[in-house]
This record gives sequence, C-alpha cells and structure tokens, in this order.
Amino acid sequence: MHTLETFLAQHPFFAGMAPHQLQWLAACASNVRFEAGTYLFHEGDAANHFYAIRQGQVALEIVAPGFEPITIETLEQGDILGWSWLVPPYTKQFDARAVDHVVALAFDAACFRAKCEQDPALGYELLKRFARLIGQRLQATRLQLLDVYGTRP
Amino acid sequence: MARALKGPSARRAAVSLRDPMAPRLFRVRRLRWETADVATFDLEPSGRPHPCGFAPGQFNMLYVFGVGEVPISISGDPGAPMQFVHTVHQVSVVTSALCRLSRGTTLGVRGPFGVGWPMAEAQGQDLVLVAGGIGLAPLRSVLCELVRHRERYGRIALLYGTRSPEDLLYRQELERWRGRVDLEVHVTVDRAAPEWRGHVGVVTTLVRRVAMDPAKTLAMVCGPEVMMRFALQELQKHGLPPGRIFLSMERNMHCGIGLCGHCQYGPIFVCRDGPVVRADRLAAWFGKREV
Repeated sequence: MHTLETFLAQHPFFAGMAPHQLQWLAACASNVRFEAGTYLFHEGDAANHFYAIRQGQVALEIVAPGFEPITIETLEQGDILGWSWLVPPYTKQFDARAVDHVVALAFDAACFRAKCEQDPALGYELLKRFARLIGQRLQATRLQLLDVYGTRP
Repeated sequence: MARALKGPSARRAAVSLRDPMAPRLFRVRRLRWETADVATFDLEPSGRPHPCGFAPGQFNMLYVFGVGEVPISISGDPGAPMQFVHTVHQVSVVTSALCRLSRGTTLGVRGPFGVGWPMAEAQGQDLVLVAGGIGLAPLRSVLCELVRHRERYGRIALLYGTRSPEDLLYRQELERWRGRVDLEVHVTVDRAAPEWRGHVGVVTTLVRRVAMDPAKTLAMVCGPEVMMRFALQELQKHGLPPGRIFLSMERNMHCGIGLCGHCQYGPIFVCRDGPVVRADRLAAWFGKREV
C-alpha cells in the first residue's frame, strides 16, 4: 500500500529523511486536487500551505494592472510549490494556476512550523532543504534576468 | 571491418578546400522566416549542381557582396547534401543584409570550416542536446542525423529554451520530433502568456527532468556563451564529467582556417579547433572576463 510516508520517502525533496521525521511530516499532509484553470492560491493570500506536486503542471503568474498575466515559472511532478510559509509575514508572492488537472500533497504550514519548533533537528533539516530550493529558484530567476538567449548570429 | 575514426579529425567534412579564402558562388533557393528576426536560407550552388558535404556542427562564412562576411553554422540535414541550409539571426549589419536577400540572389560561401559534433563517439550513447535561442540551429543537423539513424543511438533528449513562445525555431519540426516516442523533447520559455501550456523557466532547469546515466551519456550544448556556462554547471551537477560534454563556441571568426587569430580562445582557435569543443579543454577558460 502506498502511504504518504512512502510517497515522501520517494520524493527527491524529502529523500534521506529519517522514518520518524517522515511520519511527522505526513501527519501534516493531505491529498488535494485542482481542476485545470483554477488557482491554488493568489498573491497576498496567507501562506497556509505548500505543495508537493504529484501530477500536472502549475504556472506561477504575476499580474500588473492593465496587462495580461505573465507566467514566470512552471512547476511539475516532483517539484515543491511554495516557501512563503517559512518566512514572515507568511504571504504568497505570486498567483499559482493549475495549467491542467493537478494532484498534489498539501502541507499544513502551521502544523509544519509547530513541529519544527518542537524538534529543532527536523526544523534545521527542512530549513537546509528549503534553502537549497530557494537558492535554485533565485539562480533560475537571475538567469531569466540575464536574458541568456541574447544574441548569437 | 573499418574502424570509425573518432576525435576532431573525424569531425571535419571530407571536402577539399583548394582555396579556402576564395568564396564560391551560391544562390538563395528558398528563404523562410522562423521568427520576426530569424530567417532560414536554402543555398544552392550557382551554376552546375554539386554536393555540399559538411559535418554537423561546422560553419560557413557567408559573404554578402559589398557588405561583408559573417560565420554562420550549417543547420541543414546532412542527408540532403545538394544545398547548404543556414539559419540567421539579424543582429548586425551583415546578418541584416543577409536577411534582406531575396530568392535567386547570389552570395559568396567559404567553407565548411571547423570541427563538428562528435557523431562517431555518440553512437551507442544516450544523448542530451541542450539548445538556447538560435543555438538550436547547429543542433538541427545533429537531430536530422540522429533521426535518420535512430537505431545507432541510445536515449535522446532535446532540451530547448527561448525567450518566449514567439521565438521558437523550426516549429513544425519541433512538433514532429515531439510526436516521436523515441525522442524526448522538452521546450521551455523565459516568460509566457497564460495560453502557453508548456514549461516556463530557463533551459538549465530542464536538465533535472532527464534521467541520465553519466557513464553512457554525451551532452551537446549550443547557445549564447552565458547559457552554455550555466548548462555546463548543471550537467556537471547531475554527474556528467566535462569530458562527456561538447560545446559549440562562438568567437570572432574571420579567416576560418586558424591563420588570422581573431577567434583565439585560450589555447584554441575556434574556427579551426572548434566550433565544437569538448568542455574539459576549455574548463580553465570558461567564464574568464579577460578571454
């Protein structure tokens, strides 16, 4: 039987964590589904959840008044969506739209933060993993700013 | 049984360049716009038809008479050798003049020059092709060759990134390649409107989507140098050593035969020792501001 702990153990983001830690984390998780075109969250929403995408594609969008929304990144199966839950004031920075049918694990942010406070070793482990994720996203954003496809005759 | 030659000498077309500085006359047979500022030309010999042999990854010097000469990668199918195909991005006086040429116009061609992609080494290997922007052009020849002799290669993945969906090259071919079950094609753009249903993010973020066995994978990377630098880092992060990564370099090529020195890059002349170079040869020079 596939339990949430099994899924977490196989997920690259959580791989290598101790079984009791995975059990704790699974207790904060629930399965969610989003139909194509619906929004997982909007900019400014309270960051009450983050997601591990199991199926489908999510587009992170930014909206400026008078302009069409611009997709700045897409996340897919195996990706983690959301880190605003980790840093005050715990508000979402972008809109997240399901491009197609999305199946994900939603993690309760308050539950996660409470467990991290109770168990600093777990908290530090998660912080390291999220720091790596944030670093990767920052680097990708820098490359987008660099306009790496510039000119080549 | 004859043993396939490997290494740079095997990656030059077996074309005798009796006078490499003298342009041969070619005619524009067909021109098609890929995007608002990128056009693809089919060039045929002016006069009696003759084969235009080349190795995937080589380049020609295209001469617009009265304007100037510019190095452009050959992007055609090696299996259709009666013409040269070049995809040109309008970024300079000469490339803009090239893009104003019409069907039937004569221009000068010198080449093919340089060392191409390691097609012999690639046989039996899994291949990851990473292309950024106009960098798909020199890899198109490779893809044509791979598709024609599909049975000779392991898994093949193309990772292709551009600024926006409007900047995608070879759209029909991309769709054909995506439709094949024996090719893995990932396309990404830097930004897109909501109608775009593909991936958004820089091309380097696609590397982790490909399952790679570093011991039997070769990577071929082509695009602006900054993109190749980060692609190289990402491929190495996934276990691929620089000795299994090939880059198509771009420098100020003039003579095409390593005489003038304009295209020197560290220990190599890009026109003669490249444009395709194994990454470990350049590891010490990559990203150096002074080079």
